[in-house]
Amino acid sequence: MEIKRIGRAGTVESNDINIVIEPSDKEDIEIELQSAVIKQFGEHIKALIIEILRSKGIKSAYVKAVDKGAIDCVIKARTLTALYRAAESEEYEWEV
Amino acid sequence: MIKNGVGREIPEHLEHIGNLIPYESPFSIIPEGNKAGRKLKRQLPHKSKLVSSIKEAVRACGLKDGMTISFHHHLRNGDYIVNMVIDTIASLGIKDIKLAPSSLNPCHAPLIEHIKNGVVTSIETSGIREPLGTAISQGILPKPLIIRSHGGRARAIETGELKIDVAFLGVPCCDEYGNANGFYGKSAFGSLGYGLVDAKYADKVVLITDNLVDYPCLPASINQTQVDFVVKVDSIGDPKGIVSGAIRFTKNPRDILIAENAVKAIEASGYFKNGFSYQTGAAGASLAVTQFLREKMIKQNIKGSFALGGITSQIVQLLEEGLFGGIFDTQCFDLDAVRSIGENPKHFEIDAATYASPFNAGCIANYLDILMLGALEIDTDFNVNVISGSDGIISQAAGGHPDAAAGAKMSVILAPLIRARIPIIVDRVTTVVTPGETVDVIVTDYGIAVNPRRQDLIERFKDARLNLYTIEELKEIAEKITGKPDKIDFTDRIIGVVQYRDGSVIDVLREVKDI
Repeated sequence: MEIKRIGRAGTVESNDINIVIEPSDKEDIEIELQSAVIKQFGEHIKALIIEILRSKGIKSAYVKAVDKGAIDCVIKARTLTALYRAAESEEYEWEV
Repeated sequence: MIKNGVGREIPEHLEHIGNLIPYESPFSIIPEGNKAGRKLKRQLPHKSKLVSSIKEAVRACGLKDGMTISFHHHLRNGDYIVNMVIDTIASLGIKDIKLAPSSLNPCHAPLIEHIKNGVVTSIETSGIREPLGTAISQGILPKPLIIRSHGGRARAIETGELKIDVAFLGVPCCDEYGNANGFYGKSAFGSLGYGLVDAKYADKVVLITDNLVDYPCLPASINQTQVDFVVKVDSIGDPKGIVSGAIRFTKNPRDILIAENAVKAIEASGYFKNGFSYQTGAAGASLAVTQFLREKMIKQNIKGSFALGGITSQIVQLLEEGLFGGIFDTQCFDLDAVRSIGENPKHFEIDAATYASPFNAGCIANYLDILMLGALEIDTDFNVNVISGSDGIISQAAGGHPDAAAGAKMSVILAPLIRARIPIIVDRVTTVVTPGETVDVIVTDYGIAVNPRRQDLIERFKDARLNLYTIEELKEIAEKITGKPDKIDFTDRIIGVVQYRDGSVIDVLREVKDI
């Protein structure tokens, strides 16, 4: 997948996470995280977002995440949605 | 360091506080000696107590460096009194003040500057909110903080452990000779429960009012024999922050689910019968419990004896419908409660000592049957934290939590299993405020856990086919969803102690690293 434009997903409600993915000049995934639980889960959340993006072949991106205590499945859903929007793709890989 | 009764390391001595008594068990300390007293004084006939300003009152009281001043928190987040008085003290160049309010709220953020400037050097209170909580958790207070429950504060004042030099008490209805109540006026807040103890024991008492009425101000919750000076100001608080309108029934489905589980537990407990007594808070799930309980009381024709605590419109409704015989009130949470306490003799104002002090001939908390409480964290020993968040920062209040839990026949903690990714049930709570020995039942949105000390309740709940788990099982369910949180880093510096209601130390508060 290739990031073509800014893709957003999620809200800033409690238990949700707002993800904004932008194209980046750098050859790396850069994450700016604000989180209500940054001390307890900050490193874990960053690692999870990077893992999700890498699994879709992304090597370069700028991600801004505002987390209000989302659990992993929510973070995954919001990150993927934002990525598909950023990549202007609808080739969803549905899982059960 | 000594390991106390809940397994926490307590130093034997702490500079500025002295020797510490480690907490042992809920009723292990037996008090000795007499109650403390205030100075004797006389007042010549027909001499006015009115002074023109807070500044004049501070001067007239002879307030000096190093003294202790107190406040009540009935004006809650609308309070103007603390900031007005401390600003005045600062402008007079007075330093090294010990601040002993019954609680502090977000509106008291200006205290941060007064601490940095050396005006306030120590604080003893039941609660501290943001942003002051973060500042104190970062270690700005030179002397250790003491957190006491409402009953514990009353006990400390009555034993003389907390000696108040001057109490500055905001009152919404007051005459020029010092009779006052909280029921009437534009800043009415209802019960004066926390301030009444200060009015009885402080060496000097200053009443600050925005509603000076003709003598006599009746009823006189605080009476003229206790009061030295009266000051009239434009406003003692912002009505929007003092009390809310009637707090409405929650629509939050999780709160309703927790409340439904709680009501099942109450019904199955054996305590839900004619003459039962009840205390709850003003959080969403607690309000919903009261609402559901009312329906059960009407349906099963059960009448309660009394309701206790912070009072809401839901509790007032139960009184007015004849479902309870009376209300003992230390704090009104909404305008309905304020109205009711001003007009109904069975809605009775009590002071914090009568409510919850462990050291008298019997506080009302001792007579409680069913109690609903909240929690920030609960550990697998049933110890409860209500003072510091899972991030280690002091942000809430002990309130009457440990007092009521010690007194009630069945104390129930209502809590969601997960709060914004933070698991509520943990191996070890950040700070112990209420010992697990006094906590009987945990009701969550996922199910119920009962303290193994209460095999009687476990049997009853099993017979009623309630959704029972062990506390370890609930912890695992939560951790499976959230993952295991990283540990918070604290420095070795102790920034405060949490007293149990009897004055022993149940836990210490440490400086948080890198906030």
